[in-house]
Amino acid sequence: MDSIKKKAGFNLEDYNREVKTFSWEKLKDELQPVFDFKGYNIGFIAVDRQAEGELKYKTALRFIGKDKSKEDITYAELKKLTSKFANVLEYLGLEKGESVFSFAPRIPELYITALGTLKFLGVFCPLFSVFGPEPVFQRLSRGNAKVLLTTSSLYEKKIKQLEKRLPDLEYILLADAKEDISEKALSFSRLLENASEEFDIPATEPEDPALLHFTSGTTGMPKGALHVHKAVLTHYITGKFVLDFKPGDTFWCTADPGWVTGTSYGIISPLVNGVTNVVDTEEFEAMRWYGILEEQNINIWYTAPTAIRRLMRLDIKPKDAYNIENLRAILSVGEPLHAEAVLWGKENFDLPILDSWWQTETGGIMISNYPSMEIKPGSMGKPLPGVEAKIAEIINGKIKILGSGVQGQLVLKKGWPSMFRAYLHDETRYSKCFIDDWYITGDLAKKDEDGYFWFIGRADDIIKTSGHMVGPFEVESCLMKHPAVAEAAVIGKPEPSIGELVKAFIVLSKGKEASEKLKLEIIGFARKEMGPAVAPKEIEFVNSVPKTRSGKILRRLLKARELGLPEGDISTLEKN
Amino acid sequence: MKENEIKQELYALLQQIAPETEPSALAPDENIKESLDIDSFDTLRFIVSVNEKFEIEIPEEDYGKITTIGLLTNYIQKKM
Repeated sequence: MDSIKKKAGFNLEDYNREVKTFSWEKLKDELQPVFDFKGYNIGFIAVDRQAEGELKYKTALRFIGKDKSKEDITYAELKKLTSKFANVLEYLGLEKGESVFSFAPRIPELYITALGTLKFLGVFCPLFSVFGPEPVFQRLSRGNAKVLLTTSSLYEKKIKQLEKRLPDLEYILLADAKEDISEKALSFSRLLENASEEFDIPATEPEDPALLHFTSGTTGMPKGALHVHKAVLTHYITGKFVLDFKPGDTFWCTADPGWVTGTSYGIISPLVNGVTNVVDTEEFEAMRWYGILEEQNINIWYTAPTAIRRLMRLDIKPKDAYNIENLRAILSVGEPLHAEAVLWGKENFDLPILDSWWQTETGGIMISNYPSMEIKPGSMGKPLPGVEAKIAEIINGKIKILGSGVQGQLVLKKGWPSMFRAYLHDETRYSKCFIDDWYITGDLAKKDEDGYFWFIGRADDIIKTSGHMVGPFEVESCLMKHPAVAEAAVIGKPEPSIGELVKAFIVLSKGKEASEKLKLEIIGFARKEMGPAVAPKEIEFVNSVPKTRSGKILRRLLKARELGLPEGDISTLEKN
Repeated sequence: MKENEIKQELYALLQQIAPETEPSALAPDENIKESLDIDSFDTLRFIVSVNEKFEIEIPEEDYGKITTIGLLTNYIQKKM
C-alpha cells in the first residue's frame, strides 16, 4: 500500500464516511438554490451562474496556441458568447432536442458551440477531428445532425463529399470562414457577430436530453449514448471528490472533446466547479506538456496512460527540471494504469498517479482512486460515493453477484444521474445492457477484500486503442468496400504503448494476389475512409477467417492465435 | 549522406505509414503529422523506422524539434 502526500485539505476527507452518508437526493437538495433559476441546465450551471456571481472576471477557459500564446475567456465573456450562439441556433430554426455536432480541433468555437447548445436545450454531440469521412458520416446520420460546426479545411477534406448523403444536415458552420461560402455552409463569426448577447435559457427538466456520445459496439455500427441535463450532478461531485477542485484552481484535462472525457471533464466539470480550464490546442509533445504544467501553474492534471508511458521514456525528472510545486493531483483515465506508472508518478512528481474508471455510457467517473485515499498501485480504486459497483456472474440472462477475489463482469446499480438514457434509435441494444437493476458494463474485473477493484479486460471484442474504443464491425464493414477484400476480421492486438492496435485479417477476392503493395494500398484506403484513429495499423492476408456455424466471426479465436494462447472452446467453429 | 538522399529516404518511410499520401509533396516547413494525418502512434513508428534507417537514436525529448521535413533532415545530418 502507498499513500499520497497530503498537500492541502481534501474535499473528500474520509472516503468511508462519505460512502455511508452521501446520497444523490441530498446533493440535489444542497444544489436546489442553483436549480431554482433554470432547472438543471448544464450550460447555465457551468457558465451563466458563475458569470452572474463572484467568478464573473475569472478565466473560465484558457487556450494555449501552437506558439504557446494564451487566449483567455472569462466566465462573463463566455456567458455572452454562448448566449450569442444559442441565439444563432434560434435564428437557424433549430428546435429543442435537435442535434448540434462539432467536428473540429480544440478551438474556442467548439467550446462555445457545446455550451451554447446546452443553454439552447439542443443536444450536443462532439466528433473526434481525426476521424475520416466514413465514421463521420455514420455518426452524423445516426445522430440526426441538423447543425455541424467544423473548420474550412475539414469541410473541404472530409465533409463536402458527404453533404448529399446527409439530407437532414441543414447548416454547416465554419469556425474560420469570414464569409458564408454557400447557403448551407455559413461563417460562424458572421453569425455570432449579428446575434444578441442576451439569451433567456428555457427552464430545463432533469431528464431533458443534453449530450450525445458515440461509442463502438462489437456487432453493429457505433451507438449514440444519450445523456440528460441531470448528469450535471455527477459532473459536479466527481469534480469535487475525485479531481478535488478548489476555488482558484487551474485544471488541465488533456483529452479531446471528441471523446467523452474531453467533454465531461474537458468542458463541463471544471466550469461547473468554477475553476480555470486549460485547453492545449496542440497534440502530445513531451517537452511542451511539461512546459505547460509549469507555465500555467497547473494544480490538477487529468491525462491518459498513453501519454504517461511516453513521458516515462524521457530521461527527465520533472520535479527537478520544472517548477511544478503547485501540482496537487495527477489523474489518469482511458485504459488501466499499470502499477509502475503509479509509482513513477510518485518518484518523479511526488504524486502517485490516480487511476480512474468510467465509460461513455456512465457519463462520469464511477470508480477511482481519490487523493485522500490509500492507493494500491495498479488498482482502479473504489466506487464513487453514491455508486454501487459489484462483480457478477451472468448465466442465461440471470445475474448473480459474486464476492471478493473472484473475476467476473463489472456491473453498476442503475440510478446514478449521468447514466445514459438511451442508445439513439436502438432500444433493443439499450435494454440488453441491463439485467434487473444492474447495468452490465462489458468490462471484466475483480474486487479485493479491502473493496478495491482491479481491471481484467473486456468481456467482448471491442478494441481499446490509445484509450479509445474501436468497434471491429465498423472497421470490417469499411474494409469490405475495397475491391480486393472478400472478407475481413478485425481484432485488437496488444501493443505496449497504446494498449491495443487495430489489426485486420483479410481474405482476398478471387484473382487477387497477396503482396506488400496491395497491403499498403488497403491500409491507405482504410486511412482515407476512416482516419488514422480507426484504420488498421497492421494487415495480414489469410486464406479464411474462423467463423461459427451461424456465420459469426470468431475474433476471440483469431486473437488467441495471434497471441499464441490456447484456443479455448471451439465447438461452434465452422469446419471448412 | 546528401540532403536530398535523406529526404528521399524519409518520403519512402512516410509512404509506409500513410500510403495514401504524397510525402514528396510536403513543403520543407510543413508539419508532417498534420499534413499526412498521422497520429501519435504512427509518429512513433515513423521515428523508430528513421532510427533504424539512419542508425541514429532520436530521444523523445527531441520529437518536438523534428516536426517538418526540413527540420528532420537537418537533425539527421547533424546526428550522422
